[in-house]
Amino acid sequence: MFESFDINFVIFGVMPYVALTVFLVGSIARYERDPFTWKSSSSQLLRRKQLIWGSILFHVGIIVVFFGHLIGLFTPIWVLDALGVPYGLKQWMAVLIGGPAGLAALIGGTMLLHRRLTDPRIKATSTVMDNLILILIWFQLVIGLLTITQSLQHMDGSEMIRFMEWSQSVVTWNVNAWMTVVDVNWLFKLHIFLGLIITTLFPFTRLVHIWSGFAAPFRYLVARSGYQVVRSRRRRPLEERRRAFDRRQGVDGPKAHAPAE
Amino acid sequence: MKVRAQIGKVLNLDKCIGCHTCSVTCKNVWTTREGVEYAWFNNVETKPGTGYPTDWENQKRWNGGWVRNASGKLQPKQGAKWRILANIFANPSMPEIDDYYEPFDFDYDHLKSAPEMRAFPTARPRSKITGERMEKIEKGPNWEEILGGEFAKRSADYNFDKVQKDIYGEYENTFMMYLPRLCEHCLNPTCSASCPSGAIYKREEDGIVLIDQEKCRGWRMCISGCPYKKVYYNWDTGKSEKCTFCYPRIESGQPTVCSETCVGRIRYLGVILYDADKIEAAASTERETDLYGAQLDVFLDPNDPEVIAAARRDGVPEDWIEAAKISPVWKMAMDWKVAFPLHPEYRTLPMVWYIPPLSPIQNAAQSGQIAMSDQMPDVRSLRIPVKYLANMLTAGDEEPIVHALERMSAMRLYMRALTVDGVRDEGIAARVGMSGRMIEDMYKIMAIADYEDRFAIPTAHREQTENGAELRGGCGFTDGNGCSSGESGKTTLFGGKKKKFALPQETF
Repeated sequence: MFESFDINFVIFGVMPYVALTVFLVGSIARYERDPFTWKSSSSQLLRRKQLIWGSILFHVGIIVVFFGHLIGLFTPIWVLDALGVPYGLKQWMAVLIGGPAGLAALIGGTMLLHRRLTDPRIKATSTVMDNLILILIWFQLVIGLLTITQSLQHMDGSEMIRFMEWSQSVVTWNVNAWMTVVDVNWLFKLHIFLGLIITTLFPFTRLVHIWSGFAAPFRYLVARSGYQVVRSRRRRPLEERRRAFDRRQGVDGPKAHAPAE
Repeated sequence: MKVRAQIGKVLNLDKCIGCHTCSVTCKNVWTTREGVEYAWFNNVETKPGTGYPTDWENQKRWNGGWVRNASGKLQPKQGAKWRILANIFANPSMPEIDDYYEPFDFDYDHLKSAPEMRAFPTARPRSKITGERMEKIEKGPNWEEILGGEFAKRSADYNFDKVQKDIYGEYENTFMMYLPRLCEHCLNPTCSASCPSGAIYKREEDGIVLIDQEKCRGWRMCISGCPYKKVYYNWDTGKSEKCTFCYPRIESGQPTVCSETCVGRIRYLGVILYDADKIEAAASTERETDLYGAQLDVFLDPNDPEVIAAARRDGVPEDWIEAAKISPVWKMAMDWKVAFPLHPEYRTLPMVWYIPPLSPIQNAAQSGQIAMSDQMPDVRSLRIPVKYLANMLTAGDEEPIVHALERMSAMRLYMRALTVDGVRDEGIAARVGMSGRMIEDMYKIMAIADYEDRFAIPTAHREQTENGAELRGGCGFTDGNGCSSGESGKTTLFGGKKKKFALPQETF
């Protein structure tokens, strides 16, 4: 077994499962065990400068890139074929949408990183993880943008298809998934590796706020009909209390008191 | 009708001496922790002034509170829900810490540890955020104390709207008052409405507005949403915090710490019954000057048999109904009409009310400088412009303020006649639409202000909210990690500091 040991197998065959398990189990454990630490860790109060533009560029850019990867990698290839989308066209879309979005995220990320490492207030209040995760994401953006130079040499989409096959094989429990990306350019490999590292670190950093960010529109727009939130600690809802009172009044007459809970 | 009860509050500005005992005791109890050194759940401002944070009343700048849109619907001034979500990456209306002040401490240790030097050692300031030396302190929690600073800056005060303010910069015409401020525990709070996570809520049983520390995600929309700027972002925990109305004390029938320790005995606490079904319509009232009256209509008379029956049906405990009948808040707001909401034009229907100050006016009147009409001082010609008070308390409507000031003047005349001349002068009472008995009751509560008269607080009914069988064997108050004790070191696996925040958890 050890003669055939291949580091590619560890990174592209085993690590995705480790990363995704830590990501999911860690997120659930933190949400359940330590909800007080679940937050965006905004530093806007301490320094507004560089945050407004930096944060908007970074977040909008990275959300586009995130969904680009999600849809781009996990759309089954037969769906592309059925829709008649040429692979070359998809590759062009990836470059034309992902490129500018990635660039926006990088510009914003650079502003935020500069602010975090140089502003006295932000520097003093940053944790090791705050700094580490932002540096990792910054490098990931740089490498991601550099891979465009490689993609431009495969505008027929052939390389891209291999990454789609790899991602889809991973989530469909195909043990040989790693083989599809063994001989791609090292930039792509580094990009995937770093992505898996970030995924693994996810539950231990402020990145958990991404879950809440995606949940917020549903909580706020869909699940909450009005604006106000009123919480009752009484054990029975108002309607039930009223019914109980009306029943009791039938027995006790107008002297009925508020029903015991 | 949907009857709910709230512990309301009134502050009698006529008696506030600006001693800041409320602020200090509040800070000692609630905000001495790292991350909220700059936050004062209760602070006392000298008016006229721009306050804390600077210019907080200027909603053109901070976009707090509500607006009534063209179709008559309410929405937060900072935007409807989708607009608030769009600002989640960077909140354009949120103050920076410098708008409050950069928290600092002094190098006290240097005073005793300094080596022998030619100059006397001094304790110089140091930032509580960065730990670095601060060469110059630009702002503090009470920067305009007793009219500190030049009039040109202080007169940016929003309440000077439509007041010819220039003359009040002259020494002879200057005036001053104190405004203690805390969370208003509004009936229609914009902070909770702005929270995308739904972490801020109003309690059905006692109306206290709280932030669920475990649900807060630090989106910071509440900070810009609150027009009173009484929600604070804890930069250490990344969560928002606010005045809790000392709910553990209120639940056990005790006054809040600020009220308990008030030296001037200006703070009153009592039950107000209100109709939750009327809130939205009242807050959407078209004219801003009608909002004060609209809020009065939301309150329910605890002596009305129909209200009592409805309150019982909706589960308001019997002792709460009884407390509502003797509530000093009800008497001041409803019976005597001397207390007013702070900035009703924000449409939040605040529940901490204020009695406008009279004393400096009355003193001037006695020295003969002020016009008297019908043996009563003409309150319109007095030192603090009525318009200024009206801008603060009734959205600019002067009539209710004049009415209240006249009643308070009448109380003094009546009591002087009674104690000096031994005469019960019903004529004085009648001129302000009151009876001698009402005035004497008003005197007892507002002037004598015994502890029992200031606070009528029924205890919370734990038997209605907790199931004793379920609590048996529970772990009591914890810091949000259940009964677990299987941790070591200073931080948890997820970077949270252990044993930092000790607000009691609530049970459902």
